[in-house]
Amino acid sequence: MTLDAKIPQGPLAEKWSKHKFDLKLVNPANKRKYDIIIVGTGLAGASAAATLGELGYNVKAFCFQDSPRRAHSIAAQGGINAAKNYQNDGDSVFRLFYDTIKGGDYRARESNVHRLAEVSVNIIDQCVAQGVPFAREYGGLLDNRSFGGSQVSRTFYARGQTGQQLLLGAYSALNRQIHAGKVKVYTRHEMLDVVTIDGHAKGIVTRNMLTGAIDTHAGHAVLLCTGGYSNVFYLSTNAIGSNVTAAWRAHKRGAFFGNPCYTQIHPTCIPVTGDHQSKLTLMSESLRNDGRVWAPKTVEIAEQLRKGTLKADQVKEDDRDYFLERKYPAFGNLVPRDVASRNAKEMVEEGRGVGGSGFAVFLDFADAIKRLGEETVKAKYGNLFDMYIQITDENPYKQPMRIYPAVHYTMGGLWVDYNLSTTIPGLYALGECNFSDHGANRLGASALMQGLSDGYFVIPYTLGDYLAKIGPKKVDTNHPAFAATKKDVVDHVNKLLALKGNKTTNEYHRELGHIMWEYCGMARTEEGLKKAKGLIQALKADFWKNAIVTGENEEVNASLERAGRVADFIELGELMIDDALMRKESCGGHFRVESQTPDGEALRDDENFAFVAAWEFKGENQPEELHKEQLTFEAVHLSQRNYA
Amino acid sequence: MNLTLKVWRQKNAQTAGKFVSYKAENISPDMSFLEMLDVVNESLTHKGDEPINFDHDCREGICGMCSLYINGHPHGPKRGITTCQLHMRTFHDGETITIEPWRAEAFPIVKDLAVDRSAFDRIQQAGGYVSVNTGGVPDGNAIPIPKVIADEAFNSATCIGCGACVAACKNASAMLFVSAKITQLGLLPQGQPERYRRVQSMVAQMDEEGFGSCTNTGACEAECPKEIKLTNIARMNNDYFSAKLFREEEVHEQNH
Repeated sequence: MTLDAKIPQGPLAEKWSKHKFDLKLVNPANKRKYDIIIVGTGLAGASAAATLGELGYNVKAFCFQDSPRRAHSIAAQGGINAAKNYQNDGDSVFRLFYDTIKGGDYRARESNVHRLAEVSVNIIDQCVAQGVPFAREYGGLLDNRSFGGSQVSRTFYARGQTGQQLLLGAYSALNRQIHAGKVKVYTRHEMLDVVTIDGHAKGIVTRNMLTGAIDTHAGHAVLLCTGGYSNVFYLSTNAIGSNVTAAWRAHKRGAFFGNPCYTQIHPTCIPVTGDHQSKLTLMSESLRNDGRVWAPKTVEIAEQLRKGTLKADQVKEDDRDYFLERKYPAFGNLVPRDVASRNAKEMVEEGRGVGGSGFAVFLDFADAIKRLGEETVKAKYGNLFDMYIQITDENPYKQPMRIYPAVHYTMGGLWVDYNLSTTIPGLYALGECNFSDHGANRLGASALMQGLSDGYFVIPYTLGDYLAKIGPKKVDTNHPAFAATKKDVVDHVNKLLALKGNKTTNEYHRELGHIMWEYCGMARTEEGLKKAKGLIQALKADFWKNAIVTGENEEVNASLERAGRVADFIELGELMIDDALMRKESCGGHFRVESQTPDGEALRDDENFAFVAAWEFKGENQPEELHKEQLTFEAVHLSQRNYA
Repeated sequence: MNLTLKVWRQKNAQTAGKFVSYKAENISPDMSFLEMLDVVNESLTHKGDEPINFDHDCREGICGMCSLYINGHPHGPKRGITTCQLHMRTFHDGETITIEPWRAEAFPIVKDLAVDRSAFDRIQQAGGYVSVNTGGVPDGNAIPIPKVIADEAFNSATCIGCGACVAACKNASAMLFVSAKITQLGLLPQGQPERYRRVQSMVAQMDEEGFGSCTNTGACEAECPKEIKLTNIARMNNDYFSAKLFREEEVHEQNH
């Protein structure tokens, strides 16, 4: 199979407009003859469900939470980018496009990114119209702030809870369609497989998490909006329930997986305190607008700080190294995430880390409080400071925050073409679930933009074209393909329930996380990755022998849910290792120690690796096959990223 | 730390529940309350016993999924936080902690400590939105909104829909939850066209779900993890009476 990204012809800035005109339409009276299945109700899923319902399609939306409002988009803090240029500081669609391509270390598709920048402005208008309470200036107009990897202020925000407000906006639009009878929501349902007929996606198999009922649902198309897979690392900023199962099962049915090794390690998270920890908490990148990152200049001072014999505010100005400002004067504390994370790691490796464990650097607000006053800082970041106090029992108004990088987002995901279609026709992937727009590193405030772009403004057009082509003939769950797929799911569930070993699935998950973080985290080597592959294979074999799953299917069973997700994460982990091994260059969040500049920055190899890696599943325990989508750049010139 | 837990165990809404005591041993004060429960569940799993079922997801205080009634308080003894943000340093060694689900007729038990809060979704579906379709909306800056109004709307919009207000209320009233959305949209210019329809529809659905009435006790405000103010209820009542007494358009219950 050859990969066709279906990028429209013509100049970059006109591709999307032209494509929209070329796409086939479904007339209003026919739309009600089509059934659409949407899995996941975060920004991408809720916005798609609402919009497709408004257009007249019959939508079924599924989520594993008890309400669509709880999808993990809710936790996004900092903001959403849009090329509005309200600040008159030189922003434009092209600049947002350029910053995003460059920020992604030239590993994203130009055409997709340009479209994203184009529709970014519509997203803000849409959200405002829904009543999303964005931050405003005293004159009543929308306020902006800056995020990493850009020199303009284009980030719209709602205190430190932008994701919550945007998701509640999409949720309200979704509720309106539920009330109108155009969308039916299935909460506490987990998708466990996708049903294909003649190579086209025609439905899904779900497990009702209250009753254990395993049901089939038919539709003309299936949209996966199921988020990312950061929890493969066990500890991440994702919600506990965030998982890869829907995407992974689709992968095993024929959807290629794009760039699985591209993961984002976010520089500013609250450091790990112990083995009991179940998740990590992010401190928004927006804090780097006013917070200054530093580490002590010498190992001796760091030691005193670690022992607690010296307090951070007692360290003299001359003994502090504001390492981001020193190394990257043009962008300062607002360098992209991958760069900031690697530098923090470097400090720790030099013995200059702080905090009890030594795995932290400081994020200091003393200057900002002096300059702006405590009240202003509180108004901007109050909820984040409160979160920090709750978790650490320390007061960041008095002492600098301790921060350390943590896994936060996955740029990889199901491979999609320009229309957001996976390699299974009729199966689409939106938002973080797909691999598309962020290349090898996502810039801050771009995830919310992409989720809503895909759901509100892209899929309503591109899906119509596919539906018009296949026609409205009803899909029936009586087709034998549904029974066959359902049987596979039942067998899988029974196999899990039969596990009565001596190790909990949580213990396996934590072990997997240790392997991934150690060998496939912030720095990766050929030797380490090879070792990790063996460790994961052994872990997988052990899991299917010795894991414990309690209870039965016909009830609420968190143990069973967890087991299925961990089993899929283990398989995904191995593919991530394969992908990281194959990509011998460094790019964005993927740092291969063997490929770096003399200054220790990521060194790309454009000649050999300017492609998207799309992996095809070839059967259980078989090596996956690599397909390459060559990336071509017309509008930007590939260069070594320079933020100095 | 070593603790004794008295935990409500209930197979489902149809069966009776009871308190069961468990030991939580070697608990670090840095653990969150949910991480402490994880430890207990791990040891139950090792023994082949069924782990305690509770709702949780983001574990950073924003998704609204966690819902425990701890020592007589929704989300535990501290103010302005959710259960997942409660840390064990709040308790002392040797303490006995009582953990119950939200108790309200409109929130049937799912299992153990988890309840069904879909009534909240149905109230939002009845009118908690501005009726705009995707596309065709004015420029974001075409609608100037005074900063104080935007900030006040935001304060109401921070509701996470956890249900602590209902659990705290002796009448199991959902007025704080419902009024937060009505206030957010009622304050903003975008919400004006449907302001009086919205309040009537949402209140009707709230009543239908079987939530109790408000008697201005204020327990909801005291226990709300997002510190939503009681003034939201006053605004809702104001809009509701305005709608019923002075507005020409009266909305009757629909779609039932």
